[in-house]
Amino acid sequence: MTTRSTMQEDPTAGSEPPRTDPLLRVRDLSVTFQRRGQEATAAVSEVSFDVRSGQHVGLVGESGSGKSVTSLAIMGLLPDRGVRVGGTVEYEGRDLLAMKAADKNAIRGRQIAMVFQDPMTSLNPVINVGLQIAEVIERHRDKSRGEATEMAVDLLHRVGIPDADRRVHEYPHQLSGGMRQRVLIAIALACEPRLLIADEPTTALDVTIQAQILELLKELVADTGTALILITHDLGVVAGLCDEVHVMYSGRVVESAARRPLFASPRHPYTGGLLASIPRLDSPRGEPLQPIPGSPTDTLPWDEGNCAFAPRCGNRIERCTEDTPRLQDAGERSLRCFNPLHGGSRQGTGDGAR
Amino acid sequence: MLRFALRRFALIVPTLFGLSILLFAWVRILPGDPARSLLGQRATPEAIARVNEAYGFNEPLVQQYLSYIGALLHGDLGISIDLKEPVLNAFVDKLPATIELTFVALLFAVVVGIPLGYYAGRRVGGWVDTAVVSTSLLGVVIPVFFLAIILKYIFALKLGWFDTANRQSARIDAEHPTNFFVLDGLVTGNLGASWDALLHLVLPGIALGTIPLAIIVRITRASVSEVVHEDFVRTAESKGLSTSVINRRHVLRNALLPVVTTIGLQLGLLLSGAVLTETVFSLDGIGQYLYAAIRVRDYPVLQGFILFIALMYAVINLIVDLSYGLIDPRVRVS
Amino acid sequence: MTVPLTVSPIAPGGVEEAGESLWHGAWKRLRRSPMAIIGATIVLLFVLVAVLAPVLAPYEPASSEWTSLSTPTFVQGPTSEHLLGIDRWGSDMLTQLLFGARQSLIIGVVSTLIGLFAGAALGALAGGLGGWVDTVVMRFVDIMLSIPSLLLAISIAAALGKSSYALMIAIGVAQVPIFARLLRGSMLSQSKSDYVLAANALGLRRRTIIMNHVLPNSLGPTIVQATLNLATAIIEVAALSFLGLGQSDPAVAEWGRMIVSGQDRFLIAPWLSFYPGICIAVTALGFTLFGEALREALDPKQRR
Repeated sequence: MTTRSTMQEDPTAGSEPPRTDPLLRVRDLSVTFQRRGQEATAAVSEVSFDVRSGQHVGLVGESGSGKSVTSLAIMGLLPDRGVRVGGTVEYEGRDLLAMKAADKNAIRGRQIAMVFQDPMTSLNPVINVGLQIAEVIERHRDKSRGEATEMAVDLLHRVGIPDADRRVHEYPHQLSGGMRQRVLIAIALACEPRLLIADEPTTALDVTIQAQILELLKELVADTGTALILITHDLGVVAGLCDEVHVMYSGRVVESAARRPLFASPRHPYTGGLLASIPRLDSPRGEPLQPIPGSPTDTLPWDEGNCAFAPRCGNRIERCTEDTPRLQDAGERSLRCFNPLHGGSRQGTGDGAR
Repeated sequence: MLRFALRRFALIVPTLFGLSILLFAWVRILPGDPARSLLGQRATPEAIARVNEAYGFNEPLVQQYLSYIGALLHGDLGISIDLKEPVLNAFVDKLPATIELTFVALLFAVVVGIPLGYYAGRRVGGWVDTAVVSTSLLGVVIPVFFLAIILKYIFALKLGWFDTANRQSARIDAEHPTNFFVLDGLVTGNLGASWDALLHLVLPGIALGTIPLAIIVRITRASVSEVVHEDFVRTAESKGLSTSVINRRHVLRNALLPVVTTIGLQLGLLLSGAVLTETVFSLDGIGQYLYAAIRVRDYPVLQGFILFIALMYAVINLIVDLSYGLIDPRVRVS
Repeated sequence: MTVPLTVSPIAPGGVEEAGESLWHGAWKRLRRSPMAIIGATIVLLFVLVAVLAPVLAPYEPASSEWTSLSTPTFVQGPTSEHLLGIDRWGSDMLTQLLFGARQSLIIGVVSTLIGLFAGAALGALAGGLGGWVDTVVMRFVDIMLSIPSLLLAISIAAALGKSSYALMIAIGVAQVPIFARLLRGSMLSQSKSDYVLAANALGLRRRTIIMNHVLPNSLGPTIVQATLNLATAIIEVAALSFLGLGQSDPAVAEWGRMIVSGQDRFLIAPWLSFYPGICIAVTALGFTLFGEALREALDPKQRR
């Protein structure tokens, strides 16, 4: 790659067509956990997707789908022992997984940043929030403590925390959950990264705060032209924010599509089930909710000639327990299914047959 | 904060009160004559009569207790039977020696223990961890006086690196305005004396320090191994911070909280151990004073000692509790 | 066309079979723990030595008559006749050490039992009855905790005169607050647990609940504490003897006193103090290892 300036691109990048070479290329990412004396479990396998500069990508799935593990693998935050990571994750052409620690540390916080799920535990309880923001700036932008703290105040202001001058010296336990999440966002955006990974940023918050935080994220990311990987189990969140969506189940991507086509006509029964299970305000009173039957533990291993979703799938055919479906192009989307849904929106898993 | 301190201090009073009652009762409920207990089995009737008179054992109990409390409140802890001097004076005189020893021991334990505990905690299950845990276990099971004797034998007698006894070499002529020998040298400009005093504290300090060392290693290890898995450490890593910053500002600052909170407990153990260590190394502190008193059954000294220690212990624990607010912001009441 | 639903079985291994009791699980973990095995071996050895001392010892133990006779100051290192040498009264070191184990065992065990029963009774009363009983007992415990336990033991032993009983009572009393707090804490935390509420709701009498349910549940931590306290007691016995408390008859072998009497000859005959010291350390180590292993085995939260 040619020399890159570290300055952010034109903040109006959202309105321009995205650059063709992707910022992040994930190819065949796999993560296997191996505890002492137990069998290895594949938390993530065969995951591939791209993120282009300024693009917003959503990773959707239930707990256990491997979406968080994927993000941790990209950031290099998985433990050293007991974990095997395979595949490649290329950021601007360089494989993050193969990098030395020093190089990784130069990129983390600066080029790629992460917002974590639980604001209650993700902040250091014994140092004030100002320092927790300033230390990223000190590290990557070569500023003094005083300058960095001033910038921290600005950032707090920008993420919508009132009275930022005072708050900057406060400790996490003095802030509410919503405010702490804003601090985490401030930390992530402190050095104006090119890629932001947000792992369930609103799950641990009250519903009313959730909307605010999402709005904030949307706004900030649009302002700075930062690319975003949003990880969530909530399709509603994705609808408002992401251009492209990847649906994960049991460690693999089962459907990938741009936002509109995915919501308009989901092809994978799981995606259809997720959409159908969202209660609608305009449905007739008394109409039963349509959950996906079973639970994430009712799963079959992908490797052994199964589709993992088969036990819960209304579209199940014999082939689903005899052969492993592969991710294949199907028009404008990728699909991992032997018997996908056809046409029409919001088909439940119960009546997916042709 | 102040209210908290006052409340805590107020709790000490009934405890000491109760203790004084127990001590008062102690000599008087022992089988036989209190005077005889004080003087020993071979006391003459005249001596007993004299002691009864002097101590007021013939008076009604309540009156005895009142005069006892009265004396206490005036800071009168009694008079040593053996040495015929006020107990309190002796304590105040000899306390600095014990404080010096305790300080050196604690310093040793912290300086050696925290890094050891840290490395063990980072690599739980590794060979470093096993080695560290095993050696710290030895610190718990080897009696402190035994270790003191062995250290004295090897390093002082055999190898001659250190003197075997006392706080200062006989050949050094020094003044002692504060009675903290190391400090005295600095204050009077006699650095040689300071250094000499310090050297005399090395062996006893190490011997005594093995007790808190074991505890500090264990707690640091447990704490570090837990903190390392906390979410905020992961956040710190995601910021691309250097490992030294992460370890210092995020891991250690949180991991050391439980260590500090046990310092109060360890002071109790250090005091007990000081009694034993001072006798082995002939250090003129309150420990050795107590030892001498035990041998001759000098009860006023024993009584006074208990009260004195109880008060000191309580005050120190209070100070430690109050200082939690300094290190853990969650505890502060603004 | 749909296929009948097949739900996959729960992954085997790594999960304890349902219904396995705490003790059963603990025993299994103990068996596999090297710490437990080493500790238990040492403890058993110690007990055997103490009990079988008369049988194992090559010579007769020292008697008062013997030691009050002239004092041969001649001491000797290991020889073929005296495997560990001779002490300053001419007694065989090995014999004295073996008999010394007896003192440590008896005093250690008795004092721990005193502490255990007295402390547990107080703690159970406080926790079970609550109210002013609780307050009074805890004030009392606080007073006892107002000075370090060894110093407390020293004070009590100094007051009680020269005998082994003095040591037993002194060390035992010093352990009372530990057990009292333990039992009280256990009772209090259990009184809030669901099964106690359920038993109450079922109409079981309070005493029944305590005797049949709460106390057995407190048993585990109590045994762990008792084991660890035994280690401390053994060391404290030695420390008190070192200070000249307890019984001072040189004929009765006691490890702490052996260290003291060997002190002034340390340069020429270090083994006089060394062997008894090692014995104390190893014995205390055994109990500590076993106690720690027991604690880990009983901890349902199996952390590595």
